[in-house]
Amino acid sequence: MNAPSHRGSAISFRNVSYEVRNGSELIRNLNLEIETGETVVLVGRSGSGKTTTLKLINHLLVASSGDIEVDGKPLRDWDVIRLRRSIGYVIQEVGLFPHFDVAHNIGLVPQIEGWSAERIRARVEEMLQLVGLDPQVASRYPHELSGGQRQRVGVARALAADPPILLMDEPFAALDPITRAELQREFLALQQRLRKTVVFVSHDLREALLLASRVGLMDDGRLLALLTPKQFLQSQHPLVSAYVAAFGAANGKGELL
Amino acid sequence: MNVWQFMLENRDQVFELTLEHLWLVGVSTLLAVLIGIPLGILITRQPLLSKPVLGGANIIQTIPSLALFGFLLPAPWIGERADRLAILALTLYALLPLIRNTYTGIRGVDPAVVEAGRGMGLTERQLLWQVQLPLSLSVIIAGIRVAAVISVGLATIAAAIGAGGLGEFIFRGLAMVNNQLILAGAIPAAFLAIAADVILGRLEKRLAPR
Repeated sequence: MNAPSHRGSAISFRNVSYEVRNGSELIRNLNLEIETGETVVLVGRSGSGKTTTLKLINHLLVASSGDIEVDGKPLRDWDVIRLRRSIGYVIQEVGLFPHFDVAHNIGLVPQIEGWSAERIRARVEEMLQLVGLDPQVASRYPHELSGGQRQRVGVARALAADPPILLMDEPFAALDPITRAELQREFLALQQRLRKTVVFVSHDLREALLLASRVGLMDDGRLLALLTPKQFLQSQHPLVSAYVAAFGAANGKGELL
Repeated sequence: MNVWQFMLENRDQVFELTLEHLWLVGVSTLLAVLIGIPLGILITRQPLLSKPVLGGANIIQTIPSLALFGFLLPAPWIGERADRLAILALTLYALLPLIRNTYTGIRGVDPAVVEAGRGMGLTERQLLWQVQLPLSLSVIIAGIRVAAVISVGLATIAAAIGAGGLGEFIFRGLAMVNNQLILAGAIPAAFLAIAADVILGRLEKRLAPR
């Protein structure tokens, strides 16, 4: 896959830092342009700032300095609620509402956006189909679902109001390997059709190389490299090649062994 | 004459005092719900207030009930009638379980669920009404249950200041060294406490999140 040309940036970070109250910097001078329709996967060790970067985008965290733009508009000019409703958010723990059935979970944002009941029902069914779930699960509660089904509902919920941007924080990390591979394949197929702008956090380089149009390596609050999967494997950057080596050597053809 | 015969022969008075007792407990628990739940919600949002509010409610709880009735006696309007006084004191005692359970209930909601809700663009108000309150309802009901059961017992002491209720029998029995009279107040009070416990316990179970 080639790096997308520099047309409209969906998300841009300029000299963004984020520090917590005790003064330690979790994000240091981050510069990042994410193009419309691409999938950027952030990798790096725990505490490197991947999740923090995601939460800066949907304003769950507020940058200490620098500028973040979403859809060409600085975050401070956005109404936070509008911003979040135009960004789908999927997290590892899924966070389904345990007291709502699946249909209510998926239809909640459309409902508070004032859609008609008929339109919500149709949308819920469409979303369930999109993520490969039987329409019958609509009336089930989250505790009656398997881990894989729950995460599918999480994705369906994030997509329900058709947001142009999707943030995914290790969405498949808690699943068994077979289910994870299944969801990764489905994500790719889904992304081919929907062309959302996706920022995806992963601990797993294989997952990153499979899903990404570009892979970003983060370390200690800095973005060290942002490269296509092929470039990433061939990179001479010492920290990038060290990270690749940690997952097993590359074979020189841009594939992990 | 045993206690059952006594209660049967004086059933009108037993009934009347039970109603008075229920009135004291019901009104004070209701007031405590109306004050305690909003306060509990408030201190989840203003963490700086949580210590003074919970501490204050805790301190009230440590005041002996007879002393609290005495403290409130000089209060205007309240001090004019014994039942007002009793209701105020019972309300103050019921506040702690309500504030504390509302607070811990809301704080105990799975943080991932709250984060998902916030991340998908729920306003704080929508988050409260659609997610946090429904998911902490059983814990809040447990607080009401504790408050109601404590109130049933405490309300017997309200008779000492002339507020009526089943304490009348108990205090009269104490003064006359008459065990039957004491039991005629204590047994219905115990039944009220058990009934409140069972009914609210059922409600709590039904509302527990799956």
